[in-house]
Amino acid sequence: MKRHLISAADLSRDDALLILDTADELAKISDRSIKKLPTLRGRTVVNLFFEDSTRTRISFEAAAKRLSADVINFSAKGSSVSKGESLKDTALTLEAMGADAVVIRHSASGAPHRLAGWVRGSVVNAGDGTHEHPTQALLDAFTMRRRLGPLDGRRVTIVGDVLHSRVARSNVLLLSTLGAEVTLVAPPTLLPVNVGSWPCEVSYDLDAMLPKSDVVMMLRVQRERMNAAFFPTEREYSRRYGLDRDRVARMHDDAIVMHPGPMNRGMEIAAEVADSPRSTIVEQVANGVTTRMAVLYLLLGGADLGGEIRQ
Amino acid sequence: MSEQRSTVVKGARILGGEPADILIRDGIIEEVGQGLTGDETIDARGLIALPGLVDLHTHLREPGREDAETVETGTRAAALGGYTAVHAMANTDPVADTAGVVEQVWRLGQEAGHCDVRPVGAVTVGLEGERLAELGAMADSAARVRVFSDDGKCVSDAVLMRRALEYVKAFDGVIAQHAQEPRLTAGAQMNEGAVSGRLGLTGWPAVAEEAIIARDCLLAAHVGSRLHVCHVSTAGSVEIIRWAKSKGWDVTAEVTPHHLLLTDDLVEDSPVGAYNPIYKVNPPLRTRADVEALRLALADGTIDCVATDHAPHPVEDKETEWSAAAMGMIGLETALSVVHEAMVETGLLDWSGVAERMSYAPARIGRLAGHGRPVEAGAPANITLYDASARAGVDPSAFASRSRNTPYEGRTLPGRVVATLLRGRPTVLDGKLV
Amino acid sequence: MADAVSHAQDARAVLEGPDINRALIRISHEILERTKGAEDIVLLGIPTRGVHLARRLAGHIGRFEGRPVPVGSLDITMYRDDLRLRPARALGRTELPADGIDGKVVVLVDDVLFSGRTVRSALDALNDLGRPQAVQLAALVDRGHRELPIRADYVGKNLPTSKSEIVKVYLEENDGRDAVLLLKGEER
Repeated sequence: MKRHLISAADLSRDDALLILDTADELAKISDRSIKKLPTLRGRTVVNLFFEDSTRTRISFEAAAKRLSADVINFSAKGSSVSKGESLKDTALTLEAMGADAVVIRHSASGAPHRLAGWVRGSVVNAGDGTHEHPTQALLDAFTMRRRLGPLDGRRVTIVGDVLHSRVARSNVLLLSTLGAEVTLVAPPTLLPVNVGSWPCEVSYDLDAMLPKSDVVMMLRVQRERMNAAFFPTEREYSRRYGLDRDRVARMHDDAIVMHPGPMNRGMEIAAEVADSPRSTIVEQVANGVTTRMAVLYLLLGGADLGGEIRQ
Repeated sequence: MSEQRSTVVKGARILGGEPADILIRDGIIEEVGQGLTGDETIDARGLIALPGLVDLHTHLREPGREDAETVETGTRAAALGGYTAVHAMANTDPVADTAGVVEQVWRLGQEAGHCDVRPVGAVTVGLEGERLAELGAMADSAARVRVFSDDGKCVSDAVLMRRALEYVKAFDGVIAQHAQEPRLTAGAQMNEGAVSGRLGLTGWPAVAEEAIIARDCLLAAHVGSRLHVCHVSTAGSVEIIRWAKSKGWDVTAEVTPHHLLLTDDLVEDSPVGAYNPIYKVNPPLRTRADVEALRLALADGTIDCVATDHAPHPVEDKETEWSAAAMGMIGLETALSVVHEAMVETGLLDWSGVAERMSYAPARIGRLAGHGRPVEAGAPANITLYDASARAGVDPSAFASRSRNTPYEGRTLPGRVVATLLRGRPTVLDGKLV
Repeated sequence: MADAVSHAQDARAVLEGPDINRALIRISHEILERTKGAEDIVLLGIPTRGVHLARRLAGHIGRFEGRPVPVGSLDITMYRDDLRLRPARALGRTELPADGIDGKVVVLVDDVLFSGRTVRSALDALNDLGRPQAVQLAALVDRGHRELPIRADYVGKNLPTSKSEIVKVYLEENDGRDAVLLLKGEER
């Protein structure tokens, strides 16, 4: 494993499988009465959140605490960051505090790459702009594997605003590494112009993909995209790309429905679909803690790899 | 200049030709020949003599951002890069949209004395794209402005652009357009393509440049005006300009050194790490195919000249996350070496071609008298002596520019400017400021 | 501890297949004796080879008593005190019998007892999993050199070694054969 987890592309197939296998073992911890391991005692994990995301922050916090790491939550709101302190100065502060790992969430794509040049500890990307969210992809893969077994040859259809989705980018990279066949489905306005160079297929036709899919993953659609003319109306989007009961009926019996949350019920996913037995949405949350424990353990649980500060 | 002392440059290879001596008196080249002598001698054996370089596109940042650059530091950098004249862009604070501001910049240039500073006037008041600035007043001022540009912003309103093109005809001015359709580039961060898609950065599509260039060429033809296109960056733009020139329209264009050498994949993969804003520039670095097309266009004259778009920024504006970083690269001190590598070493241009693209053409477009003349008897003695056999790693700490935002740090580039003469007076000798 | 590494000629077999079998049968009897019929025992093997040994012991005891004996595995990776000396390693499995370990007599089973640190880690791990009535320790080989106040309740063979020597345990389930080898120092 590399020192940082910034992109799903940082993970080889062996790395990814090691994380998922480790998560499988760690999942048992949640069933114990003492949900804590001493492994990262004396190590400090900083949650550096420049963007509000209570769910992701809590998930990382729980993961670090279950491994006995000290957790420092640093949120940009009300801090010196909102008073104009730069990312670099923040990084130097964290460095001075001796952070062994920095979990960063930032609205700017690439912010974790920059941070990694300024701190010695491991950098874990908890979502950067419209770039990537690798631990989300890992927890999604973990969830799929638990429901469906090994992912080789499995067909995963990812539906929605791929252009602005860090979840989609990380999932395409990780799932292709794990041997799954990914198809992106979206209106052409919500696909990057060179999506043909990605390791996946592309379709504009959700209905054609449904019977062939083992997994249908719905992405959140921001309502504000409508104003930027990415699609005409919510109603039209929902009709062409939303997952409702009729569409789910065309999926095969074992196929599952996923959503990284938070959902727009009635927009990209019907409430009854979100709450159906096919839906893994609640499992995804629980699996998030376990998967992030695995990531933190594998990055921090061993010898210090001796990171260098670039600048 | 009452003294009649003379200088002789010994053994220089003018435009790479046979060694010759250049005798200079009173800032004028008196004679070119063999065995000439003067009161002072500059040994130029093995060096190439070029006409003093002229930059059509320099950001000197003064007034307003003296933390990034000043006229003093920027013109020092220019002299070290072999330039004897630079055009100072108008996007200062206050904007150079009045006779007062352009005269101030012009006077600062005179005082610094490292090279001539020709201010560029803003096309619209405050670069706001709403009302024409007093173009005539700037033209009539001591600064004698002939190039007008809202550079940094596009004159996107078609009516305003038409009026500007027409209006400057009265004093032989030219509108230098920063071609960027604003709606197509809202929030744009880098070239729109495979790399931007992977990196999740908002794309700056080639069409946003090409659409404006096409429109402006048609406008210029319609009103019979002169149009200059700043920093052409795409293969499609080259095609449009080639087409406009084939019609006989008075359209000229420039390309920056960095667009002749660097590509957008550096944003994803480079020795300085992914997302390093040292590569953030406007227009953005494009693809390998674009670089190839730009080189060929510069070689065949479709693109008339090289302009640096020297854009200094303080460290804190670059040591940030990508989207927060300022756009721009410094280039005065590396331009000739980059053109050497991209155009001369590839066989696309010889040294007389370099003289045309980096001196004659920009002076012609800017209507800049006293610059861009061949190194021959009777011409002003603006001369750059260049050691084409040198090769060195780029060391930003040695730059005269106040800023360090060069994309070439650590890269080895060919050639070295040994001396720069401004009207016979050395501004640089032995690679150092005089 | 005993990957199927190629080893030098000076490797000496200290236990062969039949010896190992005899040792495990003897330990099974001792466990029965000390726990007075092994009513409440749970055998927990420490991965990798301790798990196979625990299963074999459970098999023997089950046969003697005519009833199945609960057996499981206890991975101690997350409790090790030397994690920072090597890159993070893959986890072994922890599998407890359905009835858990509360109130049971847990017999930890490992292949080689050396510094005692593994057992220390195992005791910590057990602590987080429940509250046994007692914990005992069985090891196929005790090679000495303890660094902690820990001793085995059941030992297959006491093997005096020098610190530089390496003890390798091979088991059918893992390595295709049963043997305990003693290798002379240096190589690892």
